[in-house]
Amino acid sequence: MALRLPRIGTSQIVALGLILVANWIVSPQFFDIRLQDGRLFGSLIDVFNRGAPVALLSIGMVLVIAMRGIDLSVGAVMAICGAIAASLADSHSLPVVLAAALGAGLLCGLWNGLLVAVLGIQPIVATLILMVAGRGIAQLITEGRIVTFTSPDLAFLGGGSVLGLPTPVVLTLGMMALTLLLVRGTALGLMIEATGGNPRASALAGIGTRLITVAVYMWSGLCAALAGIVASADILGADANNAGLWLELDAILAVVIGGTSLFGGRFSILLAVVGAFIIQAMNTGILLSGFPPETNLVVKAVVVLAVLLAQSPRLGGHLAGLGVLFKRSKSGGRRS
Amino acid sequence: MHATETLPPPLLALAGFSKSFAGFTALDRVDFTLRAGEIHALLGENGAGKSTLIKAMTGVVARDAGTMKLDGVAITPRSAQDALAAGIATVYQEVNLAPNLSVAQNLFLGRQPTRFGLVREGEMRRRARALLSEFGLSIDVAAPLESYSVAIQHIVAIARAVDQSARVLILDEPTASLDAHEVEVLFAVMRQLSARGIGIVFVTHFLDQVYAICDRITVLRNGRLAGSAPVEELPRLDLVRLMLGRELSEATSRRPPVIEGEARADIATFRGVGKAGTIAPFDLSLRAGHVVGLAGLLGSGRTETVRLVFGVDPADCGAAEVGGRAVTIGSPREAMALGFGYCPEERKTEGIVAELTVRENIALALQARRGALSPLSRREQDALAARFIGLLDIRPPDPERPVGLLSGGNQQKVLLARWLATAPRLLILDEPTRGIDVGAHAEIIGLIRDLCREGMALLVVSSELEELVTYADEVVVLRDRAHVARLSGAQIEVSTILATIAQAPACADAA
Ligand SMILES: Nc1ncnc2c1ncn2[C@@H]1O[C@H](COP(=O)(O)OP(=O)(O)OP(=O)(O)O)[C@@H](O)[C@H]1O
Ligand SMILES: [Mg+2]
Repeated sequence: MALRLPRIGTSQIVALGLILVANWIVSPQFFDIRLQDGRLFGSLIDVFNRGAPVALLSIGMVLVIAMRGIDLSVGAVMAICGAIAASLADSHSLPVVLAAALGAGLLCGLWNGLLVAVLGIQPIVATLILMVAGRGIAQLITEGRIVTFTSPDLAFLGGGSVLGLPTPVVLTLGMMALTLLLVRGTALGLMIEATGGNPRASALAGIGTRLITVAVYMWSGLCAALAGIVASADILGADANNAGLWLELDAILAVVIGGTSLFGGRFSILLAVVGAFIIQAMNTGILLSGFPPETNLVVKAVVVLAVLLAQSPRLGGHLAGLGVLFKRSKSGGRRS
Repeated sequence: MHATETLPPPLLALAGFSKSFAGFTALDRVDFTLRAGEIHALLGENGAGKSTLIKAMTGVVARDAGTMKLDGVAITPRSAQDALAAGIATVYQEVNLAPNLSVAQNLFLGRQPTRFGLVREGEMRRRARALLSEFGLSIDVAAPLESYSVAIQHIVAIARAVDQSARVLILDEPTASLDAHEVEVLFAVMRQLSARGIGIVFVTHFLDQVYAICDRITVLRNGRLAGSAPVEELPRLDLVRLMLGRELSEATSRRPPVIEGEARADIATFRGVGKAGTIAPFDLSLRAGHVVGLAGLLGSGRTETVRLVFGVDPADCGAAEVGGRAVTIGSPREAMALGFGYCPEERKTEGIVAELTVRENIALALQARRGALSPLSRREQDALAARFIGLLDIRPPDPERPVGLLSGGNQQKVLLARWLATAPRLLILDEPTRGIDVGAHAEIIGLIRDLCREGMALLVVSSELEELVTYADEVVVLRDRAHVARLSGAQIEVSTILATIAQAPACADAA
């Protein structure tokens, strides 16, 4: 466990900037933004709009990972909550739809939290249960079909805009602000970092580590629910098989790119969200460049490898010369 | 520097070792020479650079400058394994073994006896038992290492290093968690090894031990070589002056006459509390301005007693009363709500949060007691940190440094600060001066007295009896996980305590 003195976050932001510039090189209209019917359009706006679900997931995931946990179930929770929202949308008012879907997300998180904090099951196993079972639950809700809806209220959450920005982007920013307020405006952030850094010492210092663990998994469930709602609202329906599929991995990657170590401790919500947008910018870039989308997976794998290598203190030094992107994610990928 | 005309070439010679961390110079052109068969004390204040020197010579941290020769051959180990392959075995200050592997596996990790490529478990355990019995330890070698106390883990680490037939053995504060008997055993082993021509580097803050076993002393001060001489040429006072760069203001003087007899307010009273399999039921009464010391051998139940009082391992029988009200203490949080504080023995695993800053570590317990919803403002945290960095002389005085980067003794001070910040009514200290240098020792004992005078109740576990008798108003002696005697007044003498501990049926039972 190497410790470093300074903690800088500029590297991730620079990396995002570089990828956006790369996108601009392959597609010169990339930065073109039009205002149409009071909403902004353009590839750049698209990156943030498409990246919103993973960004939402990463907000919850970063807290879980900071506590030395991991939440593999968020993709499945997205499917569950998206299914609930889609099936209720045409028969109930929006507040009821939201309450039901978000409530389900909190419940899923409570389940995970209890397994981890009370029964002491390892997080990766505990959340694997819901990852596998959750998709089944979502299928039960949609009765195996693809549920569609027409409610404009719910559709607004996916396709609408607020002050020119797409609603998913606004929701992401809102959720980020709320989480920052809750975590950094109180001492929760310090307690999470302490618990992740040394759970036994933290418990002896009087921190209610169990309660915080449960709360953090519930928050991850809530974020996943919101992501599920946005995803459903976007396609005006719910596909239990594919909604949120593999997104838990993107969320984890976003957190790691954001410099939070999988060993817990120091975390940054803002940089996790930046990490999510970095991933989306890469996705978009590959689409724009005309490479077959399959290459996307390879590129992602390379990025994961680069980040993990950079996090290894031993290799970190040797990576320095391996190109700007690697260098950026290296210095940023280290936690303090 | 030294001409080595007729002398045999040194076993290990370091010259001009330098190392800085992010602009902070931890080592500045240090020379160090170890001869075969020599037991060489490496001394200095907390943060003087002893551990860094050791890490630099074993390749755990890369040195910035300097040369190193083993038997006249220049070497530059890149890792601890490298150093070991070259013949330098090390026990680092913070034991780094694999806690979830068994004791036997830890002893033979990477060099297990095998047959046809399979590990011979039985053979490995047999050898492990034989090896540990040399240290007077008979424990279940198949049990995971983490099920034993730090002291035993330390002995395992030492046994592992000793068994690796190295030319040079480096021990960084090996005796900090050992009791007198185990120290004797370790010394016997060290003498044996030195007779075989192995050079031993020995870091400690116990000056008595230096004079008991060492041939030569090298002193570091603020990362520089302050001096090096045979023990005979460096009497105690000179040594202390060399270490501190000044006179030791007040050596651990005798306890001032205590205002005896007068009834002090009861802070907490325990009657018949105990926990099956951990500690036999005992009575304990803690009063304002009163220091109760707990003395006994390792594994006698001292730590178990304080963990029970603080609710870490709650009692399963008996009754507790705090401030006249019956209470049950089921968790550290409940204990803190009653105004208790507990500075645990195991600094690394139960004390510090290495990656948080000094400021955050100091604020942690106070923050936990206030609850997450009423955060200490940054200004309050800064004030807290500044106050305790000054009061306890934490070095370097940088509140924003991750605590894991501080030297061992300074980490201990941060831990003490964490609990002092909560202004507890009862403060429980488990080995408060472990790893703390002679200068700071006196300061911490002074602090304990001051706290006491201000009306705090203290419960102190200490293996350093000389020290305990200077501040304790009452000493409880433990043996075999039971409280066996309570000494007070004139009975509080090292000899009396030792005699009480040793009374039959003491057994060399470990764990
Ligand atoms: N990795 C690191 N990064 C920054 N500073 C460090 C690092 N390691 C050690 N230091 C600093 O170097 C100095 C020397 O530390 P070192 O651990 O060698 O002291 P020591 O003499 O072993 O003290 P102690 O008796 O308390 O164990 C300390 O001030 C410490 O804070
Ligand atoms: Mg040290």
